[in-house]
Amino acid sequence: MKLTRRQALALSFGATTLAVLGVPTTRAWANTEATEKAIKEFTGGAAPEAGRITLDAPEIAENGNTVPISVSVESPMSGDDYVQSVTLLADGNPNPAVATFHFTPLSGTATATTRIRLAKTQNVVAVAKMSNGAVFSDTKLVKVTIGGCGG
Amino acid sequence: MFSRREFLMAATAVTAILGPGAVGRWSRAAAQQKLTEADLLDMAPHGNVTLVHITDIHAQLKPLYFREPSINLGVGEVAGLPPHVTGADFLKLYNIRPGTPHAYALTSEDFEALARQYGKMGGLDRAARIVKRIRDERGDSMLLLDGGDTWQGSYTANKTLGADMVEVMNALKPDAMTGHWEFTYGTDRVKELVDSLPFAFLGGNIYDAEWNEPAFEAYRIFERGGVKIGVIGQAFPYTPIANPRWMFPNWSFGIRETDVAKNVEAVKAEGAELVVLLSHNGFDVDRKLASRVPGIDVILTGHTHDALPEPVKVGDTLVIASGSNGKFVSRLDLDVRDGKVKGYSYRLIPVFSDVIGSDPEVAGLIDKVRAPYEAELGRKLATTESLLYRRGNFNGTFDDLICQALLAERDAEIALSPGFRWGTSLLPGQDITVEDLHNACAMTYPAAYRSPMTGQLIKDILEDVADNLFNADPYYQQGGDMVRVGGMGYRIDPTAAIGSRISEMTVLKTGEAVKPDREYVVAGWASVNEGTEGPPVWDVVEAHLARNPVVRLEENRSVKVTS
Repeated sequence: MKLTRRQALALSFGATTLAVLGVPTTRAWANTEATEKAIKEFTGGAAPEAGRITLDAPEIAENGNTVPISVSVESPMSGDDYVQSVTLLADGNPNPAVATFHFTPLSGTATATTRIRLAKTQNVVAVAKMSNGAVFSDTKLVKVTIGGCGG
Repeated sequence: MFSRREFLMAATAVTAILGPGAVGRWSRAAAQQKLTEADLLDMAPHGNVTLVHITDIHAQLKPLYFREPSINLGVGEVAGLPPHVTGADFLKLYNIRPGTPHAYALTSEDFEALARQYGKMGGLDRAARIVKRIRDERGDSMLLLDGGDTWQGSYTANKTLGADMVEVMNALKPDAMTGHWEFTYGTDRVKELVDSLPFAFLGGNIYDAEWNEPAFEAYRIFERGGVKIGVIGQAFPYTPIANPRWMFPNWSFGIRETDVAKNVEAVKAEGAELVVLLSHNGFDVDRKLASRVPGIDVILTGHTHDALPEPVKVGDTLVIASGSNGKFVSRLDLDVRDGKVKGYSYRLIPVFSDVIGSDPEVAGLIDKVRAPYEAELGRKLATTESLLYRRGNFNGTFDDLICQALLAERDAEIALSPGFRWGTSLLPGQDITVEDLHNACAMTYPAAYRSPMTGQLIKDILEDVADNLFNADPYYQQGGDMVRVGGMGYRIDPTAAIGSRISEMTVLKTGEAVKPDREYVVAGWASVNEGTEGPPVWDVVEAHLARNPVVRLEENRSVKVTS
């Protein structure tokens, strides 16, 4: 029986169905540039601030093929003050763009939940654009591991 | 590194209110060679609530030897802080004299000689006697809380799929438990056993994976001693990663810090004056959690098997670590008034099986559940001339034995054995019985696989497991020890980043460097992958022992640690 790296990783210490390519010798966020570019395009060039937006993601993915991600933004969601859209990016994926959610005052709250695929350990970034043009972001490091031998 | 004085001021300031710690008193009693049950159990009651905590029993019904680790490194902010203090440093920190019962119970110092002097520890009949005595003293002011990893880890637990432990623990009348290895019996069995429990199985961080909704009761409110107590359960967050997810595919875990915070608010909204987290997070995770989630009065921590004779205080939160394998029972008396903890008194009770009496009811139950297996449990496989143990960051002699068996019986070049923290110890001269072997490997996914792996892949595996143990952020730690390796040596720098901790990988037989692109035949066990093929690891070790009936292990110097 000859195993691929992928099968052998799962065989030895942890279940993962991920294609983990190469060994990360540093915290290599392969697509940092593409991620920054995508953020700039989304915000129209404005640098996002911290606060208002909360990204919920597991510290370590149980299954990198389907990682649950939730995002919520504090906002009155009134006619003149609401969240226009939220975009999600995964900076280690070949294409960082994951999804963009659009809201209106009628949405009531600006919350969204989805599942995303993460090819390896990386940052997930959520950016919110408000109706007044302000932008906020939150980032979480999600580790994709071959699993330990927890005792 | 803190001096003891600084440590006491930083970590356990409240103890000062209550006079000198109990540890010193025990040491004096022991110095006079007259340790009695009264010395261990007599404690002036304090306040209006008593929490009794026991955790990580790993299905050990009978008294046993369990050597605490000689190496238990902490990285980052927790370097040199308890529980990352071992041996002589531990004795110094807690003012325990070498050679005393406490030195034996809490460290690996002079283990063999002290084990012969002070005997085995644990036994659930002894734990039951302690629990019943405290219950007699404290009446309806007491809660008994079980931190989980209770149902797995022995021959009889494996044979009965946890039923033996459920039956015996029920006799101790716990009020709540949480879990980890429990889940490795699979979804259906876990549901069946949980439904049968006459007490709460709590896990606020367990979700239905499909609907992303809570799958278990998160908390329960108890009224004890006139105080409303909110007990929130926290199962091991990385169960589906460290253990086979396919056995419980519909359950998702995680630390879920925001849920812990919400549940703290929820129990307070329901009137809880005391908030307790019954946790299987592991010590460092709980220490970080305590610093980030306000409002938790007590964390009863588990999973990492640390036994600390004093609480560690994080802000206003007391973190209690009660050891493993039934070696200890914790008693925490609390004075709760006006919704606040005004004072406490704590004792980590070491269960010296020759000093603590046996509870006859529970002793009878233990005999009953073991009776069908008694002949097989006692069947002798070999004799050991070396001390056999597992606990420690990098290697243990019982794992050396398992790795030798894998190399020889599976005709492999390199062996991998998981760094579990359970597994009991045997003294030189003792027989190795079927029961002893299963105490080191009883589980529901024991297949011993054999497969080719490149040198690069083996390095990647070591790097990944090392990061689970030594990531500077506790929330990324999984709480096991380093994977044990047979046939190969390596150097590790725990403080380095993932990908650069492991170096100098060497084939021990030839002294040659492991080549990244060469394939090596690797044997291992406890794969979390569904469909793994191979004989159960206990059959592999038994076959090896049949050919080598006297076990003698040389000191393992194959892992070099860069500090």
